[in-house]
Amino acid sequence: MTKFTSAFAAGMLAVVTMTSTAALSATPKDTLVVATTIDDIVSLDPAEAFEFSGGDLLQNTYDHLIEFDPKNLSAGYQPGLAASWTVSEDGKTFTLTMRDGVKFQSGNPFTAEDAEFSLRRAVLLQKTPSFILTQFGFTKDNIEDTIKATDAKTLVIKTDKTYAQSFVLNCLSATIGSIVDKKTAMAHEKDGDMGYEWLKTNTAGSGAYSLKSWKPNESYVLEANENYWRAKPAMKRVFVRHIAESASQRLQLEKGDVDVARNLTPEDIAAISGNADLAVDEDLRGRIVYMSLNQKKAPLNDPKVIEAFKWAVDYKGMTETILRGQYTVHEAFLPLTYLGELKDKPYKLDIAKAKALLAEAGHADDISIKINVRNEPTYMAMAQAIQGTLTQAGMKVELTPMTGKQSLGEYRARQHDVYLGAWGPDYPDPHTNADTFAHNPNNSDEAKLTGKLAWRNAWDIPEMTKETEAAVQEADTAKRAEMYRAIQREHQKTSPFVIMFQKIEQTGRRKNVQGLVTGSAISSVYYWTVTK
Amino acid sequence: MSLTGNISGGRRALLSSRSGILRGSRLLVSLAVTMLGLLLITFLIGRVMPIDPVLAVVGERATNEVYEATRKAMGLDDPLIIQFFNYITEVIRGDFGTSLLTSRPVIDDIARVFPATLELATVATFIGVLIGVPAGVIAAVHQGRWPDHVVRLLGLFGYSMPVFWLGLMGLLIFYGKLDWVAGPGRLDVFYEDIVPQVTSVILIDSLLAGDFEVFGNALAHIILPASVLGYYSLAYVSRMTRSFMLEQLAQEYVTTARVKGLSEARVIWRHALGNVMVPLITVIALSYANLLEGSVLTEIVFAWPGIGFYITNALLSADMAAVLGGTVVVGTVFIGLNLLSDVLYRFVDPRARQGG
Repeated sequence: MTKFTSAFAAGMLAVVTMTSTAALSATPKDTLVVATTIDDIVSLDPAEAFEFSGGDLLQNTYDHLIEFDPKNLSAGYQPGLAASWTVSEDGKTFTLTMRDGVKFQSGNPFTAEDAEFSLRRAVLLQKTPSFILTQFGFTKDNIEDTIKATDAKTLVIKTDKTYAQSFVLNCLSATIGSIVDKKTAMAHEKDGDMGYEWLKTNTAGSGAYSLKSWKPNESYVLEANENYWRAKPAMKRVFVRHIAESASQRLQLEKGDVDVARNLTPEDIAAISGNADLAVDEDLRGRIVYMSLNQKKAPLNDPKVIEAFKWAVDYKGMTETILRGQYTVHEAFLPLTYLGELKDKPYKLDIAKAKALLAEAGHADDISIKINVRNEPTYMAMAQAIQGTLTQAGMKVELTPMTGKQSLGEYRARQHDVYLGAWGPDYPDPHTNADTFAHNPNNSDEAKLTGKLAWRNAWDIPEMTKETEAAVQEADTAKRAEMYRAIQREHQKTSPFVIMFQKIEQTGRRKNVQGLVTGSAISSVYYWTVTK
Repeated sequence: MSLTGNISGGRRALLSSRSGILRGSRLLVSLAVTMLGLLLITFLIGRVMPIDPVLAVVGERATNEVYEATRKAMGLDDPLIIQFFNYITEVIRGDFGTSLLTSRPVIDDIARVFPATLELATVATFIGVLIGVPAGVIAAVHQGRWPDHVVRLLGLFGYSMPVFWLGLMGLLIFYGKLDWVAGPGRLDVFYEDIVPQVTSVILIDSLLAGDFEVFGNALAHIILPASVLGYYSLAYVSRMTRSFMLEQLAQEYVTTARVKGLSEARVIWRHALGNVMVPLITVIALSYANLLEGSVLTEIVFAWPGIGFYITNALLSADMAAVLGGTVVVGTVFIGLNLLSDVLYRFVDPRARQGG
């Protein structure tokens, strides 16, 4: 017995000694290791990808005709693969001149034909983000005329109506505007799918990196494109690892096994703030958190009841406690930093006022509602706080926690009472949020405008719909911004949306990592700017 | 549950070949029925779940046109029974479909995630058995005295400690502070994709390639999660061993052996433990099978890309092809381990060998 025990102990000791030497300390100087979550990536085809992490990956592997300068995001859209452009007098024809000397990662030269192919296939494939392009009137029947390469250097785009120039160009900078290497994609074409099946798991772009490997829910590896037209990326390799648990991310960051940790909880952020080797960056992202009231369900459609909800939320209290460092109070539907942003915060917690409004409406104590909420810690914490204050105002509130997909099904079918959730802009133009929060051309069930939040909440707004349509066509940028501010003021007063917060992303990094840009409200993460 | 059945001793010689075939076909039929039942139940659960699989693909922003087109392309317009029939037909052809979440064939996904779980569960079971069995024996021999109390306390601790907490504490101490083991993941990023994938079990692949550096790194990564999982297995195995041993030690043959003058070690480790092996094999197989389903929480804490996380993620997104594929694997593992423990019975139990 003793012999066995000592042999076993010796064996365990040997294992421990062997393994203890294997741990590494710091990552190499030309390599970036990022800890984040990547389990939301469904597809890598730019015509389909629409999730946060997919956007991050594609941002670094593809270029767009119009792009942002990561070193100066607030400067707005800039020339990308299109070196310059002109717009016709009626504002409907955009003539873009392609940049010289750009090569795809495959070595194929970039021409206007690739741009034509990329935009056309995004329309033809009809995947979820295709509306970003089809809203300009492109259809599979007219696409031969509306998106056309007239020669190797020139692409001509014709829209159905006159839109604000900034609107069109901003949309071209979205992920769906990524320029795909036509030759490579078509070499992998199957049954006329324009390379879709292949591009779901591979990339064919001209971006700063090419995708070396992608293991779903596990990791992906990017390799620098030495021919990148903007600069030679200092990081030759970028390893992005899926680490769901914040505490695990933090430990690896502290140990130097990862350079960047992107999903740290406020507790972990606080814990590393005293560490001299680490730094925390804050970046205001585009995500808006709101609560919305289904207008099909009385008395949630009573203007006084709606207003009562807006006074019965502890905006400031939540950002100082459960949302500390992660969200800032914001009460208008356009994210801060967007054209037309509105900083007014007309509402704050005032239970007495909420009670008075409910009493005036004749519903002092008979309102009983369910709030549908995603079963995630942050959202649940918000929902519980809101439940608390609404109860104080005299309502009976039940929380229905659901998975993201589950709550969405009910929401899109207009069956909810109250929905608590978030909305992230789809492209860096104010129309992206105005279109969903303040545009509802047909409120009937049959219209099934499921992509629009105004429709999902059955909010019938013929006037505001017209105003939103006018704003997107306004050529004068200053005037356009003012139009959005007016719409938002009205929206704050009358809409069944209680807009509460805007997301702040906190990124933990090793101090030697410089130049990491996480994209602010308008873009995604950039790795080519990073140095160590 | 034994799937093999018993053979009548007297007619064995005469009917051995016929009964072999009979047994084989009976086994195949019961296997097929079990798998079909398992798939049907999983399929139905998947369909009654209040999650819309189309939304999992098209996302929040999809217009109704995109939604309808995708729904049709996914075959969700057909009646349930047709959908199930179509699925089974594909499976028989060896096609488990494509995962919605990873855009890859489910079979490829499983070939990637299952070896990770297999590797972890196997090392964990080794740890659990190598410590759990001796601990149980020692506790039984010293019943009521301090070694017994220590083992029982450790077992109780193992049962009641949340795996999430235990994993994080383990990481904090052995990785964060002491630097004895490596952090989350199966390998440090720089060691990934170095050795050719033969079995996808890194410990084996690195040995096959003769790359001891990769082997060492893989070992440094696996030792902690395997110990955490192994601890749970240990708690269970030691408790069961203890109670089996107590029963044996009270038997007359033990007294006889002692009277005959056999050494105490021989009596305990050879005679008593030998007789405990049969029920113990079932216990170990069950605990191993449990670990092979994948432990979601351990996988999350240790960023271990195993089948538990894969199936859970798929289930929450109504990725039914992936869920069903995973179910087939887990079902097969259970049935396989059952068969294996039957075979092992025959090996350790002379009565079973003689068909008694």
